Amino acid sequence: MKGIVTVLGKDSVGIIAKICSYMSDKNVNVLDIAQTIVDGYFNMMMVVDLNASTEPLASMASELETLGRDIGVVVRFQHEDIFSAMHRI
Amino acid sequence: MITISEASETIRMISEANLDVRTITMGINLLDCADSDCAAFCRKIYDKIARRAERLSRVGEDISKEYGVPVINKRVSVTPIAIAAAGCRNCDYVEVARALDGAAEAVGVNFIGGFSALLQKGITPEDRALLHSIPSALAATERVCSSLNLGSTRSGINVDAVNISARAIKDIASMTSDRDSIGCAKFVVFCNAVEDNPFMAGAFHGVGEGESAINVGVSGPGVVKRAIEAARGADFETLCETVKRTAFKITRVGQLVAQEASRRLGVPFGVIDLSLAPTPAIGDSIAEILREMGLEQPGAPGSTAAIAILNDNVKKGGVMASSYVGGLSGAFIPVSEDRGMIEAVRAGALTMEKLEAMTCVCSVGIDMAAIPGDTPADTISGIILDEMAIGMVNGKTTAVRVIPVAGKTVGDTARFGGLLGEAPVMAVNGFGCSAFVGRGGRIPAPIHSFRN
Repeated sequence: MKGIVTVLGKDSVGIIAKICSYMSDKNVNVLDIAQTIVDGYFNMMMVVDLNASTEPLASMASELETLGRDIGVVVRFQHEDIFSAMHRI
Repeated sequence: MITISEASETIRMISEANLDVRTITMGINLLDCADSDCAAFCRKIYDKIARRAERLSRVGEDISKEYGVPVINKRVSVTPIAIAAAGCRNCDYVEVARALDGAAEAVGVNFIGGFSALLQKGITPEDRALLHSIPSALAATERVCSSLNLGSTRSGINVDAVNISARAIKDIASMTSDRDSIGCAKFVVFCNAVEDNPFMAGAFHGVGEGESAINVGVSGPGVVKRAIEAARGADFETLCETVKRTAFKITRVGQLVAQEASRRLGVPFGVIDLSLAPTPAIGDSIAEILREMGLEQPGAPGSTAAIAILNDNVKKGGVMASSYVGGLSGAFIPVSEDRGMIEAVRAGALTMEKLEAMTCVCSVGIDMAAIPGDTPADTISGIILDEMAIGMVNGKTTAVRVIPVAGKTVGDTARFGGLLGEAPVMAVNGFGCSAFVGRGGRIPAPIHSFRN
Protein backbone atom coordinates (compact mmCIF):
# COMPACT_ATOMS: atom_id res chain seq x y z
CA MET A 1 0.00 0.00 0.00
CA LYS A 2 1.25 3.43 -0.95
CA GLY A 3 0.48 6.81 0.54
CA ILE A 4 0.98 10.26 -0.89
CA VAL A 5 2.19 13.18 1.20
CA THR A 6 1.63 16.64 -0.19
CA VAL A 7 3.04 19.79 1.32
CA LEU A 8 2.02 23.31 0.43
CA GLY A 9 3.22 26.50 2.09
CA LYS A 10 5.91 29.13 2.41
CA ASP A 11 9.39 27.72 1.82
CA SER A 12 11.68 27.39 4.84
CA VAL A 13 14.67 25.37 5.97
CA GLY A 14 14.15 21.70 6.81
CA ILE A 15 10.62 20.96 5.60
CA ILE A 16 11.59 17.76 3.77
CA ALA A 17 13.99 16.81 6.56
CA LYS A 18 11.27 16.97 9.22
CA ILE A 19 8.80 14.95 7.16
CA CYS A 20 11.43 12.37 6.20
CA SER A 21 12.53 11.94 9.78
CA TYR A 22 8.86 11.41 10.80
CA MET A 23 8.56 8.76 8.06
CA SER A 24 11.72 7.07 9.22
CA ASP A 25 10.39 6.91 12.82
CA LYS A 26 7.30 5.12 11.53
CA ASN A 27 9.28 2.68 9.40
CA VAL A 28 7.86 4.17 6.21
CA ASN A 29 10.00 4.01 3.08
CA VAL A 30 10.12 7.07 0.81
CA LEU A 31 9.83 5.99 -2.85
CA ASP A 32 9.77 9.28 -4.71
CA ILE A 33 9.87 13.00 -4.08
CA ALA A 34 8.89 15.79 -6.47
CA GLN A 35 8.92 19.45 -5.59
CA THR A 36 8.48 22.88 -7.12
CA ILE A 37 8.98 26.32 -5.66
CA VAL A 38 7.05 29.16 -7.27
CA ASP A 39 7.38 32.68 -5.85
CA GLY A 40 8.67 31.36 -2.51
CA TYR A 41 5.81 28.87 -2.23
CA PHE A 42 6.81 25.32 -1.65
CA ASN A 43 4.82 22.52 -3.33
CA MET A 44 6.03 19.00 -2.63
CA MET A 45 4.69 15.52 -3.26
CA MET A 46 6.18 12.41 -1.72
CA VAL A 47 5.20 8.83 -2.53
CA VAL A 48 5.76 6.45 0.37
CA ASP A 49 5.53 2.70 0.92
CA LEU A 50 3.40 1.84 3.95
CA ASN A 51 3.80 -1.95 3.89
CA ALA A 52 6.29 -2.08 6.76
CA SER A 53 4.56 0.57 8.84
CA THR A 54 2.58 -0.46 11.89
CA GLU A 55 0.77 2.84 12.32
CA PRO A 56 -2.70 3.24 10.72
CA LEU A 57 -2.78 5.72 7.83
CA ALA A 58 -5.53 7.82 9.45
CA SER A 59 -3.55 8.53 12.61
CA MET A 60 -0.39 9.31 10.63
CA ALA A 61 -2.45 11.75 8.57
CA SER A 62 -3.53 13.67 11.65
CA GLU A 63 -0.01 13.63 13.14
CA LEU A 64 1.47 14.94 9.91
CA GLU A 65 -1.18 17.65 9.78
CA THR A 66 -0.06 18.80 13.25
CA LEU A 67 3.60 18.57 12.26
CA GLY A 68 2.86 20.75 9.25
CA ARG A 69 1.06 23.32 11.34
CA ASP A 70 4.11 23.55 13.63
CA ILE A 71 6.37 24.43 10.72
CA GLY A 72 3.85 26.67 8.98
CA VAL A 73 2.90 24.52 5.99
CA VAL A 74 -0.15 22.43 5.07
CA VAL A 75 0.67 18.72 5.05
CA ARG A 76 -1.79 16.15 3.77
CA PHE A 77 -1.33 12.41 3.84
CA GLN A 78 -3.72 10.32 1.76
CA HIS A 79 -4.06 6.83 0.39
CA GLU A 80 -2.66 6.72 -3.15
CA ASP A 81 -5.92 5.29 -4.55
CA ILE A 82 -7.78 8.61 -4.30
CA PHE A 83 -5.37 10.02 -6.89
CA SER A 84 -5.10 6.99 -9.12
CA ALA A 85 -8.89 6.56 -9.15
CA MET A 86 -9.31 10.12 -10.37
CA HIS A 87 -6.44 10.34 -12.84
CA ARG A 88 -5.95 6.81 -14.21
CA ILE A 89 -8.44 4.71 -16.12
CA MET B 1 3.05 7.17 -10.95
CA ILE B 2 0.86 10.13 -10.04
CA THR B 3 2.38 13.48 -10.95
CA ILE B 4 2.61 16.49 -8.71
CA SER B 5 0.14 18.44 -10.86
CA GLU B 6 -2.40 15.62 -10.70
CA ALA B 7 -2.05 15.42 -6.93
CA SER B 8 -2.48 19.19 -6.69
CA GLU B 9 -5.58 19.09 -8.87
CA THR B 10 -7.25 16.52 -6.60
CA ILE B 11 -6.31 18.43 -3.48
CA ARG B 12 -7.59 21.73 -4.88
CA MET B 13 -10.91 20.08 -5.72
CA ILE B 14 -11.26 18.97 -2.11
CA SER B 15 -9.85 21.98 -0.29
CA GLU B 16 -11.00 24.84 -2.50
CA ALA B 17 -13.98 23.56 -4.48
CA ASN B 18 -15.82 21.55 -1.81
CA LEU B 19 -15.43 18.14 -3.46
CA ASP B 20 -16.95 15.63 -1.11
CA VAL B 21 -18.94 12.44 -0.95
CA ARG B 22 -22.35 13.66 0.06
CA THR B 23 -23.67 10.44 1.52
CA ILE B 24 -23.00 6.78 2.09
CA THR B 25 -26.45 5.31 2.45
CA MET B 26 -26.98 1.75 3.60
CA GLY B 27 -30.19 0.19 2.34
CA ILE B 28 -31.63 -2.42 4.69
CA ASN B 29 -34.43 -4.88 3.95
CA LEU B 30 -37.00 -5.04 6.77
CA LEU B 31 -39.40 -7.56 5.25
CA ASP B 32 -38.13 -10.33 7.51
CA CYS B 33 -39.08 -8.27 10.59
CA ALA B 34 -42.82 -8.79 9.94
CA ASP B 35 -44.77 -9.51 13.10
CA SER B 36 -48.45 -9.37 13.95
CA ASP B 37 -47.58 -7.57 17.19
CA CYS B 38 -46.60 -3.94 16.67
CA ALA B 39 -44.26 -3.72 19.67
CA ALA B 40 -42.44 -6.85 18.51
CA PHE B 41 -42.16 -5.44 15.00
CA CYS B 42 -40.68 -2.20 16.37
CA ARG B 43 -38.17 -4.15 18.44
CA LYS B 44 -37.17 -6.28 15.44
CA ILE B 45 -36.60 -3.32 13.11
CA TYR B 46 -34.65 -1.45 15.77
CA ASP B 47 -32.42 -4.45 16.39
CA LYS B 48 -31.89 -5.17 12.72
CA ILE B 49 -30.94 -1.60 11.83
CA ALA B 50 -28.74 -1.24 14.91
CA ARG B 51 -26.94 -4.48 14.01
CA ARG B 52 -26.59 -3.96 10.26
CA ALA B 53 -25.53 -0.32 10.38
CA GLU B 54 -23.52 -0.54 13.59
CA ARG B 55 -20.20 0.18 11.87
CA LEU B 56 -21.52 2.46 9.11
CA SER B 57 -20.57 5.80 10.69
CA ARG B 58 -17.18 4.58 11.83
CA VAL B 59 -16.32 3.13 8.43
CA GLY B 60 -17.43 6.36 6.73
CA GLU B 61 -15.17 8.40 9.00
CA ASP B 62 -12.21 6.04 8.54
CA ILE B 63 -12.49 6.21 4.75
CA SER B 64 -12.77 9.97 4.94
CA LYS B 65 -9.53 10.22 6.96
CA GLU B 66 -7.54 7.71 4.93
CA TYR B 67 -8.41 9.09 1.53
CA GLY B 68 -8.55 12.70 2.65
CA VAL B 69 -11.98 13.30 1.14
CA PRO B 70 -14.88 14.44 3.33
CA VAL B 71 -17.77 11.99 3.65
CA ILE B 72 -20.49 14.35 4.81
CA ASN B 73 -23.42 12.09 5.69
CA LYS B 74 -23.92 8.50 6.69
CA ARG B 75 -27.52 7.42 6.30
CA VAL B 76 -29.85 4.45 6.30
CA SER B 77 -32.77 3.62 4.02
CA VAL B 78 -35.24 0.85 4.73
CA THR B 79 -38.03 -1.09 3.01
CA PRO B 80 -41.12 1.13 2.64
CA ILE B 81 -42.74 0.86 6.05
CA ALA B 82 -46.27 0.51 4.65
CA ILE B 83 -45.09 -2.82 3.16
CA ALA B 84 -42.79 -3.94 5.97
CA ALA B 85 -45.42 -3.26 8.65
CA ALA B 86 -48.35 -4.66 6.70
CA GLY B 87 -48.41 -7.81 8.84
CA CYS B 88 -49.00 -5.85 12.09
CA ARG B 89 -52.48 -5.86 13.53
CA ASN B 90 -53.52 -2.40 14.74
CA CYS B 91 -50.12 -1.02 13.87
CA ASP B 92 -49.19 2.25 15.57
CA TYR B 93 -47.14 3.90 12.83
CA VAL B 94 -45.95 6.73 15.06
CA GLU B 95 -44.35 4.10 17.31
CA VAL B 96 -42.74 2.52 14.24
CA ALA B 97 -41.33 5.94 13.32
CA ARG B 98 -39.98 6.32 16.85
CA ALA B 99 -38.27 2.92 16.56
CA LEU B 100 -36.64 4.03 13.28
CA ASP B 101 -35.58 7.32 14.88
CA GLY B 102 -34.09 5.50 17.86
CA ALA B 103 -32.19 3.08 15.63
CA ALA B 104 -30.84 5.97 13.55
CA GLU B 105 -29.65 7.72 16.68
CA ALA B 106 -28.07 4.52 18.00
CA VAL B 107 -25.98 4.01 14.87
CA GLY B 108 -25.12 7.71 14.56
CA VAL B 109 -26.78 8.57 11.23
CA ASN B 110 -28.49 11.92 10.74
CA PHE B 111 -31.40 10.69 8.61
CA ILE B 112 -33.23 7.42 8.02
CA GLY B 113 -35.48 7.13 4.97
CA GLY B 114 -38.28 4.74 4.21
CA PHE B 115 -41.33 5.87 6.15
CA SER B 116 -42.85 5.40 2.77
CA ALA B 117 -45.63 3.94 0.66
CA LEU B 118 -46.01 3.15 -3.02
CA LEU B 119 -49.39 4.49 -4.07
CA GLN B 120 -49.11 4.97 -7.82
CA LYS B 121 -52.09 2.76 -8.56
CA GLY B 122 -53.94 2.20 -5.32
CA ILE B 123 -54.03 2.58 -1.56
CA THR B 124 -54.11 -0.44 0.76
CA PRO B 125 -55.54 -0.11 4.30
CA GLU B 126 -51.94 -0.20 5.62
CA ASP B 127 -50.92 2.56 3.19
CA ARG B 128 -53.85 4.64 4.41
CA ALA B 129 -52.91 4.14 8.07
CA LEU B 130 -49.32 5.17 7.34
CA LEU B 131 -50.50 8.20 5.35
CA HIS B 132 -52.62 9.44 8.24
CA SER B 133 -49.74 9.01 10.67
CA ILE B 134 -47.14 10.95 8.63
CA PRO B 135 -47.68 14.43 10.18
CA SER B 136 -47.56 13.07 13.75
CA ALA B 137 -44.66 10.74 12.95
CA LEU B 138 -42.53 13.54 11.46
CA ALA B 139 -43.37 15.89 14.34
CA ALA B 140 -42.48 13.21 16.90
CA THR B 141 -39.11 12.27 15.38
CA GLU B 142 -35.88 14.02 14.38
CA ARG B 143 -34.29 11.76 11.80
CA VAL B 144 -37.13 9.97 10.03
CA CYS B 145 -37.81 10.91 6.41
CA SER B 146 -40.99 10.04 4.59
CA SER B 147 -41.66 9.63 0.89
CA LEU B 148 -44.56 8.54 -1.28
CA ASN B 149 -44.71 7.40 -4.87
CA LEU B 150 -47.86 8.92 -6.33
CA GLY B 151 -47.50 8.10 -9.98
CA SER B 152 -45.51 6.34 -12.64
CA THR B 153 -45.20 6.22 -16.40
CA ARG B 154 -46.62 2.68 -16.29
CA SER B 155 -49.50 3.30 -13.92
CA GLY B 156 -50.53 6.92 -14.30
CA ILE B 157 -51.15 9.24 -11.36
CA ASN B 158 -53.17 8.45 -8.28
CA VAL B 159 -54.98 11.76 -7.76
CA ASP B 160 -56.61 10.60 -4.52
CA ALA B 161 -53.13 9.99 -3.10
CA VAL B 162 -52.01 13.41 -4.41
CA ASN B 163 -54.87 15.08 -2.52
CA ILE B 164 -54.10 13.17 0.69
CA SER B 165 -50.41 14.16 0.33
CA ALA B 166 -51.26 17.83 -0.11
CA ARG B 167 -53.32 17.77 3.07
CA ALA B 168 -50.50 15.92 4.85
CA ILE B 169 -48.08 18.69 3.79
CA LYS B 170 -50.41 21.30 5.31
CA ASP B 171 -50.71 19.26 8.52
CA ILE B 172 -46.94 18.72 8.80
CA ALA B 173 -46.44 22.46 8.30
CA SER B 174 -48.82 23.35 11.08
CA MET B 175 -47.49 20.67 13.47
CA THR B 176 -43.97 22.06 13.08
CA SER B 177 -45.04 25.72 12.83
CA ASP B 178 -42.73 26.71 15.69
CA ARG B 179 -39.71 25.82 13.51
CA ASP B 180 -40.77 27.36 10.19
CA SER B 181 -42.60 24.14 9.25
CA ILE B 182 -39.32 22.22 9.00
CA GLY B 183 -41.19 18.90 9.09
CA CYS B 184 -42.05 19.41 5.40
CA ALA B 185 -38.32 19.18 4.58
CA LYS B 186 -38.52 15.52 5.63
CA PHE B 187 -41.39 14.66 3.30
CA VAL B 188 -41.26 14.25 -0.47
CA VAL B 189 -43.64 12.88 -3.08
CA PHE B 190 -42.50 11.27 -6.30
CA CYS B 191 -43.52 10.19 -9.75
CA ASN B 192 -41.38 7.22 -10.91
CA ALA B 193 -39.61 6.93 -7.53
CA VAL B 194 -36.35 4.96 -7.70
CA GLU B 195 -35.58 2.06 -5.39
CA ASP B 196 -31.91 2.81 -4.78
CA ASN B 197 -31.81 6.56 -4.18
CA PRO B 198 -29.25 7.42 -1.48
CA PHE B 199 -30.46 11.01 -1.02
CA MET B 200 -32.97 12.20 1.56
CA ALA B 201 -35.81 12.79 2.02
CA GLY B 202 -36.66 10.32 -0.74
CA ALA B 203 -34.42 7.35 0.05
CA PHE B 204 -36.01 3.96 0.61
CA HIS B 205 -34.79 0.41 0.08
CA GLY B 206 -37.00 -0.93 -2.71
CA VAL B 207 -38.59 -4.35 -2.61
CA GLY B 208 -36.63 -5.34 -5.71
CA GLU B 209 -33.38 -4.80 -3.81
CA GLY B 210 -31.39 -7.41 -1.94
CA GLU B 211 -30.92 -7.81 1.79
CA SER B 212 -28.67 -4.79 2.05
CA ALA B 213 -26.76 -2.42 -0.24
CA ILE B 214 -24.34 0.48 -0.11
CA ASN B 215 -25.44 3.39 -2.30
CA VAL B 216 -23.27 6.45 -2.55
CA GLY B 217 -24.22 9.97 -3.53
CA VAL B 218 -21.35 12.06 -4.85
CA SER B 219 -21.33 15.80 -5.06
CA GLY B 220 -19.22 18.61 -6.39
CA PRO B 221 -21.01 21.58 -7.96
CA GLY B 222 -18.04 23.69 -6.84
CA VAL B 223 -15.64 21.51 -8.84
CA VAL B 224 -17.76 21.81 -11.99
CA LYS B 225 -17.97 25.58 -11.53
CA ARG B 226 -14.18 25.87 -11.17
CA ALA B 227 -13.62 23.73 -14.23
CA ILE B 228 -15.91 25.73 -16.50
CA GLU B 229 -14.31 29.00 -15.35
CA ALA B 230 -11.47 27.88 -17.58
CA ALA B 231 -13.90 27.55 -20.49
CA ARG B 232 -15.31 31.08 -20.21
CA GLY B 233 -16.42 32.32 -23.62
CA ALA B 234 -15.81 28.95 -25.27
CA ASP B 235 -18.49 27.30 -27.40
CA PHE B 236 -20.97 24.68 -26.20
CA GLU B 237 -18.86 21.75 -27.35
CA THR B 238 -16.04 22.88 -25.06
CA LEU B 239 -18.45 23.62 -22.23
CA CYS B 240 -20.04 20.15 -22.44
CA GLU B 241 -16.68 18.39 -22.67
CA THR B 242 -15.48 20.26 -19.58
CA VAL B 243 -18.53 19.24 -17.53
CA LYS B 244 -18.18 15.64 -18.73
CA ARG B 245 -14.51 15.34 -17.82
CA THR B 246 -15.11 16.87 -14.40
CA ALA B 247 -18.08 14.59 -13.70
CA PHE B 248 -15.88 11.62 -14.57
CA LYS B 249 -13.27 12.62 -11.99
CA ILE B 250 -15.81 13.35 -9.27
CA THR B 251 -17.56 10.05 -9.86
CA ARG B 252 -14.32 8.07 -9.70
CA VAL B 253 -13.90 9.32 -6.14
CA GLY B 254 -17.45 8.22 -5.33
CA GLN B 255 -16.83 4.81 -6.89
CA LEU B 256 -13.67 4.35 -4.83
CA VAL B 257 -15.43 5.31 -1.59
CA ALA B 258 -18.42 3.10 -2.41
CA GLN B 259 -16.29 0.05 -3.15
CA GLU B 260 -14.22 0.57 -0.05
CA ALA B 261 -17.29 1.05 2.18
CA SER B 262 -18.88 -2.03 0.64
CA ARG B 263 -15.75 -4.13 1.26
CA ARG B 264 -15.25 -2.97 4.84
CA LEU B 265 -18.91 -3.37 5.79
CA GLY B 266 -19.36 -6.67 3.96
CA VAL B 267 -22.41 -5.26 2.19
CA PRO B 268 -22.80 -5.37 -1.61
CA PHE B 269 -22.18 -2.18 -3.57
CA GLY B 270 -25.48 -0.95 -5.00
CA VAL B 271 -25.12 2.19 -7.09
CA ILE B 272 -23.45 5.55 -7.37
CA ASP B 273 -25.91 8.39 -7.64
CA LEU B 274 -24.36 10.95 -9.97
CA SER B 275 -26.27 13.91 -8.65
CA LEU B 276 -24.60 17.26 -8.23
CA ALA B 277 -26.03 18.16 -4.84
CA PRO B 278 -25.47 21.72 -3.64
CA THR B 279 -25.21 22.94 -0.05
CA PRO B 280 -25.69 26.42 1.41
CA ALA B 281 -21.87 26.77 1.58
CA ILE B 282 -20.26 29.41 -0.65
CA GLY B 283 -18.95 27.81 -3.84
CA ASP B 284 -21.12 24.69 -3.54
CA SER B 285 -23.93 25.88 -5.74
CA ILE B 286 -25.71 24.82 -8.95
CA ALA B 287 -26.80 28.45 -9.40
CA GLU B 288 -23.15 29.53 -9.58
CA ILE B 289 -22.60 27.00 -12.39
CA LEU B 290 -25.48 28.54 -14.32
CA ARG B 291 -24.00 32.01 -13.80
CA GLU B 292 -20.59 30.80 -14.90
CA MET B 293 -22.24 29.37 -18.04
CA GLY B 294 -23.34 32.91 -18.84
CA LEU B 295 -26.73 33.52 -17.24
CA GLU B 296 -27.16 36.66 -15.16
CA GLN B 297 -29.33 34.73 -12.70
CA PRO B 298 -30.89 31.26 -12.59
CA GLY B 299 -34.40 31.71 -13.90
CA ALA B 300 -33.29 33.96 -16.76
CA PRO B 301 -34.23 32.81 -20.28
CA GLY B 302 -31.77 30.03 -21.16
CA SER B 303 -31.91 28.48 -17.68
CA THR B 304 -33.77 25.37 -18.78
CA ALA B 305 -31.23 24.76 -21.54
CA ALA B 306 -28.38 25.31 -19.08
CA ILE B 307 -29.80 22.74 -16.65
CA ALA B 308 -30.36 20.30 -19.54
CA ILE B 309 -26.70 20.62 -20.59
CA LEU B 310 -25.47 20.21 -17.05
CA ASN B 311 -27.69 17.21 -16.31
CA ASP B 312 -26.85 15.38 -19.52
CA ASN B 313 -23.10 15.89 -19.33
CA VAL B 314 -22.89 14.95 -15.66
CA LYS B 315 -24.47 11.64 -16.66
CA LYS B 316 -22.29 11.16 -19.72
CA GLY B 317 -19.12 11.74 -17.72
CA GLY B 318 -20.22 9.81 -14.66
CA VAL B 319 -21.53 6.68 -16.33
CA MET B 320 -18.12 5.59 -17.51
CA ALA B 321 -16.57 6.25 -14.11
CA SER B 322 -18.76 3.82 -12.20
CA SER B 323 -19.69 0.19 -12.63
CA TYR B 324 -23.27 0.79 -11.46
CA VAL B 325 -25.05 4.08 -11.76
CA GLY B 326 -28.52 4.58 -10.37
CA GLY B 327 -30.55 6.61 -7.93
CA LEU B 328 -31.62 9.97 -9.26
CA SER B 329 -28.37 10.92 -11.04
CA GLY B 330 -28.40 14.44 -12.41
CA ALA B 331 -28.50 18.02 -11.22
CA PHE B 332 -30.47 18.86 -8.10
CA ILE B 333 -31.96 22.31 -7.91
CA PRO B 334 -33.21 22.65 -4.35
CA VAL B 335 -33.91 26.27 -3.49
CA SER B 336 -33.10 26.52 0.21
CA GLU B 337 -29.94 24.41 0.00
CA ASP B 338 -28.29 26.55 -2.66
CA ARG B 339 -27.14 30.07 -1.83
CA GLY B 340 -27.28 31.15 -5.47
CA MET B 341 -30.86 29.91 -5.92
CA ILE B 342 -31.90 31.83 -2.80
CA GLU B 343 -30.35 35.00 -4.27
CA ALA B 344 -32.14 34.39 -7.57
CA VAL B 345 -35.50 34.12 -5.80
CA ARG B 346 -34.80 37.31 -3.82
CA ALA B 347 -33.80 39.11 -7.01
CA GLY B 348 -37.10 38.10 -8.61
CA ALA B 349 -35.32 36.06 -11.29
CA LEU B 350 -36.53 32.64 -10.24
CA THR B 351 -40.26 31.97 -9.97
CA MET B 352 -42.17 28.77 -9.23
CA GLU B 353 -43.18 28.55 -12.88
CA LYS B 354 -39.58 28.76 -14.16
CA LEU B 355 -38.47 26.33 -11.48
CA GLU B 356 -41.11 23.90 -12.74
CA ALA B 357 -39.86 24.32 -16.30
CA MET B 358 -36.29 23.60 -15.18
CA THR B 359 -37.45 20.41 -13.46
CA CYS B 360 -38.48 19.02 -16.84
CA VAL B 361 -34.78 18.46 -17.55
CA CYS B 362 -33.21 18.20 -14.08
CA SER B 363 -33.04 15.01 -12.11
CA VAL B 364 -35.64 15.61 -9.47
CA GLY B 365 -38.20 18.35 -9.21
CA ILE B 366 -39.49 21.24 -7.15
CA ASP B 367 -37.29 20.79 -4.12
CA MET B 368 -37.08 22.70 -0.85
CA ALA B 369 -39.18 25.56 -2.11
CA ALA B 370 -40.91 27.63 0.59
CA ILE B 371 -44.40 28.84 -0.33
CA PRO B 372 -46.87 31.01 1.63
CA GLY B 373 -48.29 29.29 4.72
CA ASP B 374 -51.83 30.07 3.63
CA THR B 375 -51.49 28.26 0.28
CA PRO B 376 -54.64 26.07 0.06
CA ALA B 377 -54.22 22.28 0.03
CA ASP B 378 -55.91 22.15 -3.38
CA THR B 379 -53.28 24.48 -4.83
CA ILE B 380 -50.54 22.24 -3.42
CA SER B 381 -52.35 19.29 -5.08
CA GLY B 382 -52.22 21.24 -8.34
CA ILE B 383 -48.47 21.88 -7.96
CA ILE B 384 -47.90 18.19 -7.25
CA LEU B 385 -50.09 17.08 -10.16
CA ASP B 386 -48.19 19.29 -12.60
CA GLU B 387 -44.86 17.90 -11.45
CA MET B 388 -46.14 14.29 -11.51
CA ALA B 389 -47.44 14.85 -15.06
CA ILE B 390 -43.98 15.99 -16.18
CA GLY B 391 -42.48 12.80 -14.75
CA MET B 392 -45.18 10.50 -16.08
CA VAL B 393 -45.15 11.80 -19.64
CA ASN B 394 -41.38 12.12 -19.92
CA GLY B 395 -40.59 8.77 -18.25
CA LYS B 396 -38.41 10.41 -15.63
CA THR B 397 -38.37 10.80 -11.88
CA THR B 398 -39.93 13.99 -10.60
CA ALA B 399 -40.62 15.06 -7.06
CA VAL B 400 -42.17 17.77 -4.96
CA ARG B 401 -40.87 18.93 -1.59
CA VAL B 402 -42.55 22.23 -0.82
CA ILE B 403 -42.83 23.93 2.54
CA PRO B 404 -45.94 26.04 3.15
CA VAL B 405 -44.30 28.02 5.94
CA ALA B 406 -46.82 28.59 8.71
CA GLY B 407 -47.45 32.28 9.37
CA LYS B 408 -45.15 33.47 6.59
CA THR B 409 -45.77 34.92 3.18
CA VAL B 410 -43.98 36.28 0.10
CA GLY B 411 -41.10 38.50 1.24
CA ASP B 412 -40.48 36.48 4.42
CA THR B 413 -37.69 33.93 4.83
CA ALA B 414 -37.97 30.47 6.36
CA ARG B 415 -34.84 29.43 8.27
CA PHE B 416 -34.12 25.72 8.71
CA GLY B 417 -30.41 25.73 9.54
CA GLY B 418 -27.65 23.28 8.65
CA LEU B 419 -27.67 21.57 5.27
CA LEU B 420 -31.34 22.52 4.79
CA GLY B 421 -30.43 26.22 4.68
CA GLU B 422 -32.99 28.99 4.39
CA ALA B 423 -35.64 29.83 1.83
CA PRO B 424 -37.34 33.03 0.76
CA VAL B 425 -41.05 32.37 0.47
CA MET B 426 -41.98 32.14 -3.23
CA ALA B 427 -45.19 33.39 -4.75
CA VAL B 428 -47.68 30.76 -5.90
CA ASN B 429 -50.20 31.38 -8.68
CA GLY B 430 -53.35 32.35 -6.81
CA PHE B 431 -55.91 31.12 -9.33
CA GLY B 432 -57.85 28.11 -8.13
CA CYS B 433 -57.79 24.48 -9.28
CA SER B 434 -60.11 22.94 -6.66
CA ALA B 435 -62.70 21.66 -9.10
CA PHE B 436 -59.93 20.04 -11.15
CA VAL B 437 -58.02 18.25 -8.38
CA GLY B 438 -61.31 17.55 -6.55
CA ARG B 439 -62.34 15.17 -9.34
CA GLY B 440 -60.21 12.52 -7.61
CA GLY B 441 -59.59 9.03 -8.97
CA ARG B 442 -56.69 8.14 -11.22
CA ILE B 443 -55.15 9.71 -14.28
CA PRO B 444 -54.62 6.84 -16.75
CA ALA B 445 -51.12 5.93 -17.89
CA PRO B 446 -49.92 7.79 -20.96
CA ILE B 447 -49.92 6.03 -24.33
CA HIS B 448 -46.16 5.43 -24.35
CA SER B 449 -46.45 3.15 -21.31
CA PHE B 450 -47.65 0.42 -23.70
CA ARG B 451 -44.27 -0.74 -24.90
CA ASN B 452 -44.73 -4.48 -24.69
